[in-house]
Amino acid sequence: MPEDKPEQKPASPPPAAGEKPAAAAAPPKPAAPAKPAGPMPQPWESEMVARLRGRYGSGIDPKTYLGQNYIVADPSIVYELLQILRDDEQFDYCVDVTAVHYPQRKDQEFDIVWILYSFEHNQRVRVKAIIKDGDPAPSVVALWSTANWLERECFDMFGIRFEGHPDLRRILLPDGWKGHPLRKEYGITQQDSEWVKINLGIESGQ
Amino acid sequence: MADILKSEQSSSSVEHIEAEKGAAPPFLDATELILNMGPQHPSTHGVLRVILKLDGEKVLNTECVIGYLHRGVEKIAEHRTYTMFNPYVDRMDYVAAVSNGLGYCEAVEKLLNMEAPPRAQWVRTILTELNRIASHQLWLGTHALDIGAITPLFYTFRDREEILKIFEKYCGARLTTHAFRIGGCLYETYDGFEQDVKKFCDFVTPKVDEYETLLTTNRIWLERTKGVGILKAQDCIDLGVTGPVLRASGVKWDLRKAQPYAAYKNFEFEIPTGQNGDTYDRYMVRIAEMRQSLRIIRQAVDSIPEGPIMGKVPKVMKPPVGEIYHSIEAPKGELGYFIVSDGSTQPYRIRVRPPSFVNLQALGKMVEGALMADVVAVIGTLDIVLGEVDR
Repeated sequence: MPEDKPEQKPASPPPAAGEKPAAAAAPPKPAAPAKPAGPMPQPWESEMVARLRGRYGSGIDPKTYLGQNYIVADPSIVYELLQILRDDEQFDYCVDVTAVHYPQRKDQEFDIVWILYSFEHNQRVRVKAIIKDGDPAPSVVALWSTANWLERECFDMFGIRFEGHPDLRRILLPDGWKGHPLRKEYGITQQDSEWVKINLGIESGQ
Repeated sequence: MADILKSEQSSSSVEHIEAEKGAAPPFLDATELILNMGPQHPSTHGVLRVILKLDGEKVLNTECVIGYLHRGVEKIAEHRTYTMFNPYVDRMDYVAAVSNGLGYCEAVEKLLNMEAPPRAQWVRTILTELNRIASHQLWLGTHALDIGAITPLFYTFRDREEILKIFEKYCGARLTTHAFRIGGCLYETYDGFEQDVKKFCDFVTPKVDEYETLLTTNRIWLERTKGVGILKAQDCIDLGVTGPVLRASGVKWDLRKAQPYAAYKNFEFEIPTGQNGDTYDRYMVRIAEMRQSLRIIRQAVDSIPEGPIMGKVPKVMKPPVGEIYHSIEAPKGELGYFIVSDGSTQPYRIRVRPPSFVNLQALGKMVEGALMADVVAVIGTLDIVLGEVDR
């Protein structure tokens, strides 16, 4: 039975903590001629950002990258920020809730990403909060009911608990399954062999 | 004799009503019934299991059990290069593979900060709109079949075949086409592509009218769809429902207009909308969308610009560190790709925002209090593809 070997990713380091900084973009440090660096995230300034800054100060870090705006917010204020974006800035459509796993970032293992859209302004914004593995993220089901399944999927795939979710269960994988497949340490051929044996009556699902 | 039976029956039913006032007899106990629909059921369009809580014929509550077709597409993506992952996206919404490919290629192009050449944009638009018609035709045929109208299925499959023939001639595949590449299209259009597309447009325009003669004023169709599965505009927005379902509720929103991609900003077309947000309106919206797609295709095929069909892309694709979200108007709604690059040849993370998955969440709201038979109609009208729901 093929035991799980997490397939190796290429050697280049994944983005470091917080914003993807320039340091990660150019791995060969001093000797090699500087590669043409890609576009950098720029600070994002707008009326809305000014309003939000007035409220949260350094709790938020608004950036723009390739014409797309996003706000990195402190996990403690992110729920309030999302609520304000919905109620005061007309971001009434929650497009997606998802996460990205960075196991190398100590105590900052997960990016939780909310993608919002405003019908009124025809504008998108992404809100990002960086949380520690094991810490809960705030659930936004009370703000947008669409988040219900999206957060369940996120829990299923990453094991992130959404605090305040009315019914946080697995959605795509079976209820008794062990492990969260989109975490980086979960191998691509890995499976819950015990579950497969008991429930499917076969040695391996591979 | 018959009269005696009748009177006996009526007298017994009177007794029953009287009895109910007191303690209900056990065999007429009004407890709820839990009914399992699927995962193998012809009207669930795949392996969808719906657990229904019924009070007689009335639906009290539903729960969807999904994941039977889960293949871990997002995990696979992390172990493939950007180019290698391209064919996988076709297998999500396999009814509209071209749209999936368009969304993915454009998202990666955005990450690479480049654009496909105009000729590729035009060809992409034509093929995507052809695919939209094919997707709507397949939806119409199977949806009508679920409700009990058998004929439309044969009509729509016959006409859809013509689209698949064009795909086959263009790229060799009929369903999972893998027609586009990051940076443009791999294939130049074949000789007679324009004529084939024009011929198809002329062929299918009266056919769309024909579908309408079968259904639009058909009394059974009206009874089964009018006022069924109503979803108000505000509920749509709350539930994140997009595509024809949102437009049938009266929200005039289409990504092709709101945030144009490919070559859409060059063409004139309308956004059809409904008012009541019921199954009938969704049917009318999709029929109108087929006509609008034909309008776009006609304009596009007459104005395909000359030039290269493939842009300049590096052989080894290493997008700079960063993340991007790009979405397109797929036949089912907003199909989005959120891609995180760590500067290597493989994506660090790809998240697919599947319209079918999000739209299916609205099922519970739409069938609450409806009749059991309407569940079938509502699943059909949502136009889900389980390959995309489960990924």
